Amino acid sequence: MTWIARPKFHHASLTKNEQGCTRRDYEGTISTLCAGCGHDSISAAIVQAFYELSIAPHRVAKLSGIGCSSKTPTYFLGASHGFNSVHGRMPSVLTGANLANRDLIYIGVSGDGDSASIGFGQFAHSIRRGVDMIYIVENNGVYGLTKGQRSATADEGTTMKKGEVNTDKPIDMISMAIKLGASYVGRSFSGDKEQLIPLIKGAIQHRGAAFLDVISPCVAFNNHAGSTKSYDWVREHNEAVNQLDVMMDHEEMVLQQSPGTVEDVAQPDGTVLRLHKIAMDFDPTDRIKALDYLERHAAEGELVTGLLYVDRKPKDLHDHLGTVATPLNTLGESDLCPGAKTLSAINASLR
Amino acid sequence: MDPTDIENPDYFHRVVDCQWACPAHTPVPEYIRMIAAGQYADAYMVNWRSNVFPGILGRTCDRPCEPACRRVRVEKEPVAICRLKRVAADYKGDITDRLPVVPTKKNGRRIACIGAGPASLTVARDLLPQGYEVVIYEADPKAGGMMRTQIPKFRLPESVLDEEVDLVMDLGVELRAGQKIDSLRALLAENYDAIFVGCGAPRGRELPLPGREEAKAHIHIGIDWLSSVSFGHTTKIGKRVIVLGGGNTAMDCCRSSMRLGGEKVTVVVRSGFEEMKASPWEKEDAMHEGIPILNFLVPQEFVHEKGELRAVRFQKVKAEKDAKGRRQLVTTGEPDVIIECDDVLVAVGQENSFPWIERDIGLEFDKWDMPVVNEKTMRSTHPRVFFGGDAAFGPKNIIWAVAHGHEAAVSIDKLCNGEDLAHRPRPAVEVISQKMGIHEWSYDNSPSNDARKKVPLRDKEVALKDIRMEVELGFDDKLAYEEAQRCLNCDVQTVFSDRLCIECDACVDICPMDCITFTGNGEENDLRARLRAPALIKEQALYVSGELKTTRVMVKDEDVCLHCGLCAERCPTGAWDMQKYIMEMTQAGSACRS
Ligand SMILES: Cc1cc2nc3c(=O)[nH]c(=O)nc-3n(C[C@H](O)[C@H](O)[C@H](O)COP(=O)(O)OP(=O)(O)OC[C@H]3O[C@@H](n4cnc5c(N)ncnc54)[C@H](O)[C@@H]3O)c2cc1C
Ligand SMILES: Cc1ncc(C[n+]2csc(CCOP(=O)(O)OP(=O)(O)O)c2C)c(N)n1
Ligand code: SF4
Ligand code: SF4
Ligand code: SF4
Ligand SMILES: [Mg+2]
Repeated sequence: MTWIARPKFHHASLTKNEQGCTRRDYEGTISTLCAGCGHDSISAAIVQAFYELSIAPHRVAKLSGIGCSSKTPTYFLGASHGFNSVHGRMPSVLTGANLANRDLIYIGVSGDGDSASIGFGQFAHSIRRGVDMIYIVENNGVYGLTKGQRSATADEGTTMKKGEVNTDKPIDMISMAIKLGASYVGRSFSGDKEQLIPLIKGAIQHRGAAFLDVISPCVAFNNHAGSTKSYDWVREHNEAVNQLDVMMDHEEMVLQQSPGTVEDVAQPDGTVLRLHKIAMDFDPTDRIKALDYLERHAAEGELVTGLLYVDRKPKDLHDHLGTVATPLNTLGESDLCPGAKTLSAINASLR
Repeated sequence: MDPTDIENPDYFHRVVDCQWACPAHTPVPEYIRMIAAGQYADAYMVNWRSNVFPGILGRTCDRPCEPACRRVRVEKEPVAICRLKRVAADYKGDITDRLPVVPTKKNGRRIACIGAGPASLTVARDLLPQGYEVVIYEADPKAGGMMRTQIPKFRLPESVLDEEVDLVMDLGVELRAGQKIDSLRALLAENYDAIFVGCGAPRGRELPLPGREEAKAHIHIGIDWLSSVSFGHTTKIGKRVIVLGGGNTAMDCCRSSMRLGGEKVTVVVRSGFEEMKASPWEKEDAMHEGIPILNFLVPQEFVHEKGELRAVRFQKVKAEKDAKGRRQLVTTGEPDVIIECDDVLVAVGQENSFPWIERDIGLEFDKWDMPVVNEKTMRSTHPRVFFGGDAAFGPKNIIWAVAHGHEAAVSIDKLCNGEDLAHRPRPAVEVISQKMGIHEWSYDNSPSNDARKKVPLRDKEVALKDIRMEVELGFDDKLAYEEAQRCLNCDVQTVFSDRLCIECDACVDICPMDCITFTGNGEENDLRARLRAPALIKEQALYVSGELKTTRVMVKDEDVCLHCGLCAERCPTGAWDMQKYIMEMTQAGSACRS
């Protein structure tokens, strides 16, 4: 473990965003994960995404479960709110927090064990309810924190560190999320920040359940030859279908590329998701076709990455429940209790 | 770009900018760490080996290392490298058993040095342990050169000077004090194997203005006056003193005047305050003592009444660019300024003068009447005559004199062994991993955020009363430790092995300075434009790896690296390692011979 604090010094060319913050202001304390862990790269990508979007750190709440992945919220956005729940319960706690205060940006960080094993049900329900959140699974195919037992996302045929072959079927978190109604779904790789940072930015801007499955090699227990979650394997089998650009500014929105290679998906908040197509036959706005595409390519042994599904008109938990725009935690007694007069009027109408 | 050749000793040397900037290439971070660890004698010996006068230089060095210190790239002020050197000297204790042993059996070679300044003393220090006999001719009664005759005692106490001059003298120098050489031809006839000319630049420049001759009793040439003060011949000066000139000599003149009865001492310079040649800290010290520095005033006349100096008249000028864009001083048209005074000290420059070198002995002089000297070997056009210090290329400073002395000693040693002087061996380099445990290093890798520590000064009232009273008190051990911790350990290098890298990005993510980029290879300018944080100092090389698995390369900008070792700590495969680069300049002796 690194004992020293990360030096305060920074490069003179480091710029400030609209909040007056540098990228370094979005860091947390120094990581205690194994050196080279993919999770640290994801934290760095999260730092960069929040910095680039100029989001005030105190407007963000980070929630997580248990696992190496779930430890990472300590290592980014040190000035944000945070809650480390019990194993697999992040989605429920996040749902509650979001209900109470819809004004914050919620980022849930979880692992494949945390979300596909013990918390599978929690994951499913938070997605189908459309909780407005950025749900990131840092997927390494093992329970890293408890020393590398295979997880529910371990591929059939992948070998464990000591040579044992996995014969169980894997859970594919991406198709689960699409089926369960997530309105923004992407897959990426911790070692490809160019792809990952825009996907996180798009997820932050998206209003609804945004789910990201990020393959994140565990250098301690799952980075050997024969593993399908190693740096080398992922690099060799990674097939990106598109490259995302998140456009906040109308100036930039004029399309320059030849039509057909680029598709703009406008989001209700005005953000435009500009997709530079790599696989020309892939359409991320069509749920059924997307699922079909993923199935076919997975069968060919490809790891499809990019923005894989996005709903042009997403709805979230609050839309479904019809809650007021004011965060519930700021409503006072007078807002919540209509008074004796109104009550008797209601009672009378029911008699 | 091609992969960086880190085997080239210059590559990592350039990353240790302080050491690179030091004319003698003193291993600065190495001794600073020793000071932090309280190993003062070790720190002293590292210095003594490379710069011969640590206690003297720790008080007086021109410190070219400090502007080069990399800390200014991330913070306001450099590490107080010079004053830390003094700490090593102040607290070293007894080091006699660490001094070189001089063989009793001599090698039969005899070397003559002219002048006992730092240049000649360095030649003697390097050659005596090799069995040479060294005779130094010195016009003054004692050895030390301008370190003794010019640098005032309130900056350099006599005891410190004596101690370090004696360390050399006691190696067995044969000093012929009071013996001025007035003919090189005659000395050559004495059949020395080599002659080293370290006679300095002994002549102060004149200011031939109206009134100079008439009022000469109260107009003094700065360096002559300072040496007369140093020898105790001059003990007083008038109440109102004008010092003309803006170099370090002027600063010593004005501060000395304040201690010899001057009440209203004024420094006047022709050009701007910024353009003055004096080091910023010397100006600061003078102003701290209440001495005003007036600028843009060009002296016109020494005003006198029947030979009694009354004042100096100055023209007011301003700086303007002429048609060719050159800076020029032109009159402002305002009335002249008259400053009354009792004495004037003229400190407008120093010159070489070699009236005692005959021009027909095979030793060439150039059109400026300076000897033609090879910058590497320090040899003149006469095969047995070498130059160094201020005598070689005009007035410089002590550390340059030392550097010249080392090179001349190497040349003399090679000459006496029948070797080619031009073939000079590279410095000895060692690169050693500093890893002690998983995330433990043999050095303190967490950089301190402290600002530069101020050296405590003696109370002004007390200091100004006695010209021999040292003004600076030096750091105590606590301040020294804190200052030493500011050093970024730039000699502990980040060494990359492309074979081991799995391109996990951990080093990129952790580096607080954004030094590391993994990207496709390209030409230097193209690569520089694609760095995570483009280098601010382009002269600093990029460290480029061989091709990696993904066909990318690792490019590190050495420019602002903190040597914090976090890249190595976060690397899962040990592709980064922190390795100490130790470089020792080759000095006279078997190491310099082929
Ligand atoms: C006022 C002043 C202040 C300075 N302050 C500093 C400072 O703070 N830090 C710094 O680094 N440098 C300083 N310098 C510069 C520094 O003193 C010189 O650069 C340095 O001493 C040069 O060393 P050297 O060995 O070449 O010769 P010198 O030190 O000049 O010694 C030459 C010696 O040769 C003797 N000599 C000359 N001709 C003959 C002869 N024909 N026969 C016999 N002997 C002879 C002289 O008497 C003298 O002792 C200062 C200079 C001056 C004038
Ligand atoms: C209720 C409960 N059951 C079991 C555990 C033990 N446990 C801790 S972390 C973990 C698995 C974490 O795996 P994953 O979410 O993939 O995280 P990783 O460490 O791989 O990032 C388990 C089973 C626990 N902490 N709590
Ligand atoms: S055990 Fe694996 S997942 Fe956990 S920190 Fe180490 S490399 Fe990362
Ligand atoms: S030592 Fe490594 S981590 Fe630290 S500043 Fe230098 S390159 Fe960056
Ligand atoms: S941390 Fe090590 S293995 Fe990872 S990219 Fe950097 S040098 Fe390569
Ligand atoms: Mg896991």
